[in-house]
Amino acid sequence: MTQENETAVMTQESGAAPDGAEFEGENLLEVNNLKMYFPVNSRGVIPRHVADVKAVDDISFFVRRGETLGVVGESGCGKTTVGRCIMQVYKVTDGEVVFEGVDLTKLSPGRMRRMRRRLQMIFQDPYSSLNPRMTAGSIIGEPIRIHNMARGRGEYMEQVEELLRVVGLNPYMRDRYPHEFSGGQRQRIGIARALAVRPSLIICDEPVSALDVSIQAQVINLLEELQEQFDLTYIFIAHDLSVVRHISDRVAVMYLGKVVEIATREELYENPLHPYTRALLSAVPIPDPLVERQRERIVLTGDVPSPIRPPSGCRFHTRCPIAIDMCSEEDPEFRNVGGDHWVACHRV
Amino acid sequence: MATETGQPVLEIKDLVTRFYTADGVVKAVDGVSYNVREGEIVGVVGESGSGKSVTALSVMRLIPPPGGRIEQGEALLDGEDMLKMSNERVLEVRGAKIAMIFQEPMTSLNPVLTIGRQLTEALETHLEMNRAAAATRAGELLEMVGIPDGRNRLNDYPHQFSGGMRQRVMIAMGLSCEPRLLIADEPTTALDVTIQAQILELMQRLNQELGTAVIIITHNLGVVARYAHWINVMYAGRIVESGPAETIFKNPRHPYTIGLLASVPRLDEPRRAKLEPIEGMPPDLMNLPGGCSFRPRCPFAIDRCAEEYPPFEPVDGSIDHMKACWVDVTTAGMHAAGSAN
Ligand SMILES: Nc1ncnc2c1ncn2[C@@H]1O[C@H](COP(=O)(O)OP(=O)(O)OP(=O)(O)O)[C@@H](O)[C@H]1O
Ligand SMILES: Nc1ncnc2c1ncn2[C@@H]1O[C@H](COP(=O)(O)OP(=O)(O)OP(=O)(O)O)[C@@H](O)[C@H]1O
Ligand code: SF4
Ligand SMILES: [Mg+2]
Ligand SMILES: [Mg+2]
Repeated sequence: MTQENETAVMTQESGAAPDGAEFEGENLLEVNNLKMYFPVNSRGVIPRHVADVKAVDDISFFVRRGETLGVVGESGCGKTTVGRCIMQVYKVTDGEVVFEGVDLTKLSPGRMRRMRRRLQMIFQDPYSSLNPRMTAGSIIGEPIRIHNMARGRGEYMEQVEELLRVVGLNPYMRDRYPHEFSGGQRQRIGIARALAVRPSLIICDEPVSALDVSIQAQVINLLEELQEQFDLTYIFIAHDLSVVRHISDRVAVMYLGKVVEIATREELYENPLHPYTRALLSAVPIPDPLVERQRERIVLTGDVPSPIRPPSGCRFHTRCPIAIDMCSEEDPEFRNVGGDHWVACHRV
Repeated sequence: MATETGQPVLEIKDLVTRFYTADGVVKAVDGVSYNVREGEIVGVVGESGSGKSVTALSVMRLIPPPGGRIEQGEALLDGEDMLKMSNERVLEVRGAKIAMIFQEPMTSLNPVLTIGRQLTEALETHLEMNRAAAATRAGELLEMVGIPDGRNRLNDYPHQFSGGMRQRVMIAMGLSCEPRLLIADEPTTALDVTIQAQILELMQRLNQELGTAVIIITHNLGVVARYAHWINVMYAGRIVESGPAETIFKNPRHPYTIGLLASVPRLDEPRRAKLEPIEGMPPDLMNLPGGCSFRPRCPFAIDRCAEEYPPFEPVDGSIDHMKACWVDVTTAGMHAAGSAN
């Protein structure tokens, strides 16, 4: 069993912030001017820093307590990196990650370790994210042990069995190994593990993308039920815009390390303002041939540019169907256009 | 639109393919039959592991020995049975008359050969072009699949291309000899939404302009709705429903198809409070239940479903729309899945 000194001071009550009183603010999380650059080094005997992958480049958003913020965008636009920066997996290049009123980027490793219990992440791949040599029970129980959240063996077993039930698995499955479960069941184990430490924020990174269409709906319904039951806040990363619309209260659209638009669900899908959001929405085929025949599509040309040398000005200008000269010169400001709607485009 | 009168390019008849593994026998394809006609786009959808890829790989004669065996059936390409051809003849036909695009582009391009060389090789062997002519044609092909300045990128290696570009190179290779039939296996899952759209549009254009018949294998019901004329729905190694695209979407009659369509959220419809999943787990091909494989998850099942596999029969006497299900869902009652044990 893992034992750490810091864990001795852990509070036992559920829901309480480990470093002080219950957090009262409206915004559970605020990300301010976040930058995450990964250095690219030259090959050779003495590697030199030659460039940066600007995976996340100056983005700001907030997440309200109890809501689901969807994050969409093409492969490589920085969605997972944002999630990892919030979790403090990386030392961020610049910016703030204010969670329950505390800037996580400034915490000492010890305090961060205690804080980590409050934020959890669920991963895309239910096949590789579970340790194949651990039973389902010990996978789910590991964070309970690390954070000393159970008094004694009996309480520990009770908690593990309760978690299995909560995610719709049978308590007797606790002694099985990951390979004895289906993809959907493995994803449930990952969810149970995240819930074990009673977090307030869960970052779901493509939690259903690897699952069969017929199983996706099971997991989405489960996430929604748990949100209500445990008062959870979600950041839901996905590339399937239909799924994101279903689960999110607000949606952020990313392109090449930037957030280009954020709006409430209704607003984003009914009144998308950024040309990239529009193209993305029109690229989603609808499962109905009659509807499809009537639909107008915006097919973007060209490839997604490299985040090492992003285009000047607006990063979307190389593929934008309505770009003007100014777009290649000036980076459009991310500004509020009324209510909860934010967009970065010169032509809006 | 569907060319109902087109000649069949490919006729798959009663195909059975199995894998003999240490753990048991995987009944990957268990009696699959379908046709693809000239100028037609056929969509194959279904649960992961239902045999969509293995059916296509069997037709291409790419089932890995010794475990994998095509045990029965025919795959007639313009009347000639792929499954009985000599290995030499298979190599001639592959690339020239039938081509397949695979799920992961990086694994299918040779990393140590230039893009140009990989394209010209096929042209030189199958079309007996000389080097110069092949190079010119290769450049044209790259531009045709939307690689800007393709002529000048023939000397690049695969790693210098993005995932979407590599996928387009695969399509260019697939098309280089103007095959009669193009099989695209999940041509898009590894790709960005907007790049997916580009590639599917390209395949549709080729279908319309050159009359190339296409099989699209995918999980995405939207993709088949947008592009396919005809749809085959697979579950546990068999086709459970088949028909023209509009019919399958408007009047699905197999409980699995109905469940699949109901379980996906749609952008064009008001948001539902709750999704309706198909309950239960995907089937285990080594231990299929007796009778209908979908029975453990089926809300319409009756006693008979556990006893006999339902025949694949016309729906309402239609010649096009077929399903394999004992129950007429339009009159049957629904109950909790699996209760007809
Ligand atoms: N540890 C790392 N070192 C260097 N580059 C990285 C690292 N992690 C991510 N990147 C780069 O940062 C960019 C953003 O990657 P990220 O994984 O955040 O994208 P994503 O939006 O999650 O994409 P996907 O939808 O494919 O998961 C990519 O160009 C990626 O190659
Ligand atoms: N080389 C192999 N050895 C053993 N079993 C195999 C092999 N290839 C495929 N299978 C099995 O055959 C079955 C059918 O696989 P297939 O790849 O056709 O599924 P699919 O319908 O294409 O699924 P997906 O949508 O996930 O691609 C699966 O159960 C798979 O595990
Ligand atoms: S700012 Fe210009 S280039 Fe960028 S999206 Fe708007 S119109 Fe297009
Ligand atoms: Mg990611
Ligand atoms: Mg497959």
